Amino acid sequence: MSGAPLIPTIGMEVHLHLKTRTKMFCACAVEYDAPPNSRVCPVCLGMPGVLPVMNRRAVELAIRMALALNGRVPDFAKWDRKHYYYPDLPKNYQISEYDQPLGIGGYLDVPLEGRTFRVGITRVHLEEDAGKLMHAEDGNYSVVDLNRTGTPLLEVVSEPDIYSAAQARAYAEALRQLAVYLGVGDCNMQLGQMRFEPNISLKIGEGPDGTPRYTPISEIKNLNSFRSVERAVAFEIARHREEYDDDPQGYTLQRLGKSTRGWLDDREQTFLQRSKEEAHDYRYFPEPDLVPVVPDPKWVDAIRAGLPELPEARRQRFIAEYGLPEYDAGVLTADRQVADFYEKVADAAADAKAASNWMMQDVMRVLNEQKVGIADLGMTPGNLASLIALVAEGTINRTIGSDVFGKMLASGKSAREIVAEEDLAQTSDEGELERIVDEVVAENPGPAQDFAAGKDKALGRLIGMAKKKTGGKANPQVVRNILIRKLRG
Amino acid sequence: MALSRDDVLKVGALSRIRLTDEEVQRFAGQLSSILDYVDKLNELETGGVEPLAHALPIHNVLRDDQPRPSLDPQKAVGGAPESADAFFRVPRVIDDTSSA
Amino acid sequence: MATIDLTACQMRDALRARDLSAAEAAQACLDAIDRLNPKVKAFLSTDPDGARRRAAQIDARLDAGDDVGLLAGVPVAVKDNMCTDDGQPTTCASRILENWRAPYNAHVVERLLEEGAVIVGKTNLDEFAMGSSTENSGFEPTRNPWDLDRVPGGSSGGSAAAVAARTTPIALGSDTGGSIRQPAALCGVVGLKPTYGRVSRYGLVAFASSLDQIGPFGRTVEDAALLLEATAGHDPRDSTSVAQAVPDYLATLDRPVAPLRIGLPREFFGEGLEPEVERILRDALAVYERLGAELVDIDLPHSTDYAIATYYIVATSEASSNLARYDGVHYGRRSRDHADMIDMYMRSREEGFGDEVKRRIMLGTYALSAGYYDAYYKKALQVRRLIRRDFDEAFETVDCIMGPTSPTAAFRMGEKTADPLTMYLSDVYTASANLAAIAGISVPCGFTQAGLPVGLQILSGVFTEERLLRIARMYERETDWARRAPPVCEETP
Repeated sequence: MSGAPLIPTIGMEVHLHLKTRTKMFCACAVEYDAPPNSRVCPVCLGMPGVLPVMNRRAVELAIRMALALNGRVPDFAKWDRKHYYYPDLPKNYQISEYDQPLGIGGYLDVPLEGRTFRVGITRVHLEEDAGKLMHAEDGNYSVVDLNRTGTPLLEVVSEPDIYSAAQARAYAEALRQLAVYLGVGDCNMQLGQMRFEPNISLKIGEGPDGTPRYTPISEIKNLNSFRSVERAVAFEIARHREEYDDDPQGYTLQRLGKSTRGWLDDREQTFLQRSKEEAHDYRYFPEPDLVPVVPDPKWVDAIRAGLPELPEARRQRFIAEYGLPEYDAGVLTADRQVADFYEKVADAAADAKAASNWMMQDVMRVLNEQKVGIADLGMTPGNLASLIALVAEGTINRTIGSDVFGKMLASGKSAREIVAEEDLAQTSDEGELERIVDEVVAENPGPAQDFAAGKDKALGRLIGMAKKKTGGKANPQVVRNILIRKLRG
Repeated sequence: MALSRDDVLKVGALSRIRLTDEEVQRFAGQLSSILDYVDKLNELETGGVEPLAHALPIHNVLRDDQPRPSLDPQKAVGGAPESADAFFRVPRVIDDTSSA
Repeated sequence: MATIDLTACQMRDALRARDLSAAEAAQACLDAIDRLNPKVKAFLSTDPDGARRRAAQIDARLDAGDDVGLLAGVPVAVKDNMCTDDGQPTTCASRILENWRAPYNAHVVERLLEEGAVIVGKTNLDEFAMGSSTENSGFEPTRNPWDLDRVPGGSSGGSAAAVAARTTPIALGSDTGGSIRQPAALCGVVGLKPTYGRVSRYGLVAFASSLDQIGPFGRTVEDAALLLEATAGHDPRDSTSVAQAVPDYLATLDRPVAPLRIGLPREFFGEGLEPEVERILRDALAVYERLGAELVDIDLPHSTDYAIATYYIVATSEASSNLARYDGVHYGRRSRDHADMIDMYMRSREEGFGDEVKRRIMLGTYALSAGYYDAYYKKALQVRRLIRRDFDEAFETVDCIMGPTSPTAAFRMGEKTADPLTMYLSDVYTASANLAAIAGISVPCGFTQAGLPVGLQILSGVFTEERLLRIARMYERETDWARRAPPVCEETP
């Protein structure tokens, strides 16, 4: 057995907050920066005598996600109570779905480094979140804010189909993208709306009877960034390797089972929280205060019909249909609204490549700088398409075009208006440009001689000079041709 | 079904109820005899019988996603044995095993 | 006739006719409570000022000719496991909630207020509704008005005794395994457990969620019908409450059911039933025969011992879960000295819960714990289905099922507390109805030689309360057990 490669075998549980206005079992508003204990009611406080009532929208979103993950929605799902004691869990049980969840099976195709790998989905289910326990700075006590208690959580459980830290990260990112695409969750990482719990072990090989053998499994709790997912998984893979090397006979799943570990971000290492012996006995039983969910097939069909084109499929289509490179297709489909915008621009401008170019360079830059979504860009796809047309027809050059883009955002005027008002149309007149080129060559003998001598790089400099002399309006193509004719002719 | 002292202590811990030695002994006897009594269910053949978890055949009781006013924080925290401003106050929790 | 001797329906009519004011009605009850509660101890708390204020409001509206509601000006007591946001505590007769004030009203309390009732106080119970004698109250046991050395039954002993002692005409109780019917029988009043889902549980502090139901106590069937009508109906805050229209029970109450086939389960007349109680029961059944009913022997093979066993697994499992929240963190009692968080939980619950509650929590925890779930909880739910089938089959051939509510009349305080199992067997005829979700009523049907009341239990299928009440009324019309008042009422303080 020694010498056989150890294969990391990773599965992941992901919890994400659903995009609902109210909590899972009561009508308190879901809000993220409300004052402590101001979004609670007797129900989510778990007071004596209260009862839960299901949020229809949460069920709808769960079904939507299950279907988008290619899973199936069974015709009977029920709720269960999961018992453990903790001050952020007022009833000391969480209402969840144990053995009959809302979504079963499925898969997600995840892009990574030019290929895709498929991760199986075991199940999708709903549950309620707990509150927040915080340690007091100024004393030996802790405090509890229950605003978050009862927020609808969707749990997605994957099969152990992930084999590296990079894959783990890619899966987490792809799942987030899908959830955001579907409007199932905002998945704002800063607000803690998405949490990851990878479970990691190494496949040691196969025993004499052919069954696979593994190192013990470690489950890492509550990672809340892609970076920490990747690092924690990498750390665990290395740690399992080390432990196994120290004790190849004893370090097995059979002997040591499953443990729970936490992640220390500042130290970039995991630590033991609970061993197999200390595992919780959750004493699951069917929740008597809630009735089962029997999803109406018509409702499920309507939800399925309403699914948007999913991110991976869209990305593939952009590559095939618009001839975009992998990277560009990825960037343009990362956000659904950006992808929608792009397609409108590409259609209106009848030039997918130019549209992509403008999106990647000009639009994305503005969005990143101003930290806004494309809905707040301040320009319609039609506007951008007009600008692209102006460049395509040679009225202005690309550089001026970027200028005009900025001016369009600032003023809200159309491209044509701005070009006319500011007389930005580029100069393509051969006669005038020839005169300019002569001036440039005379003023820049060095680069001129370099180019004449065969150094192509000098050309850019000369064109730049010509542009400067014309306030940017020289048609670079024409200038280029003139320079070539004059200096290398 | 005889419960040992350890069984009772374990159940007590799982129930988060502290028990005196006297209670452990007394409850062990009482719980054992109750468990003996309920064992009579094993006289019944229930193979293939579907467990009856919900008394009535109701399904799909769903609520619209419309917010309603929450409690005033003072009322929310007001009944707490200890509070700190608008928070519930508890002894310092040493290990972070939240969300199980 | 003294005001406190009026039934709720009589009071209501007098109030509407303005022969009686709400203030007078409330004061009559408050005076009776002052006089009798020190002996009977039915009430844990009263709200005299609140009751008077409210009565005054109702009087103003009645004087103005408003239609104030089904219970306009009628005093009512509420078992202290139902939340009231009126300044009175909601303790569930437990030290762990000794001073807790609910920040909301239970649905049934809202209904009482909407229908113009005047809540006079909160009544005693076995702690968290766990018991059959009210001896498990974390404060003090309630006494049976017919014999102060005896128990009133439980867990709704306070409500039953309050009505029997004529300190309130009607009261609300809750029934999980017999906790309305059995104390009704032992106190000589009418008590009804509605079909599961008929009355909203929102605001009823949960004991066993799939079994609990709130129901009425009254001295007459008519009063029980009135209170049921006022409190029944769908509540969107309770997912297990059923959206079925509430009939006008009073309108049809005096219409006899004919033909009437009455099932008599052999299991309800077997070993354990006191001979004197059986004799009284058979006399009651003879009345039905005289009225033309047909008595039919039936079998409910899973209804007695097996039902108790099933009940004590299902109910305790759910209870262990429902009571997990009492930990001293967000409300209720917290222990003063504790080393850390877990110790705080353990000590708060040790100090706050009585023995019976602790036993049931541990039993339930055990039944649900890893390795035992299939053997206990799942098995119990399977037997539950068999119990349900027994009733479904029975109701195909009979209109209702009758038998004794309790195997004995009221027993002495302390008589059954040595061995929990002895007390559990008090529910032998009642628990199966909760497991099957059906409706049941206990009506007074006589007195033992010692002057203790005996109750006749009538069970009928789901959502048949209208017919159940009519069947009960048939018997009541032929008798006048309700006229007799317990001796304590005549005693001078």
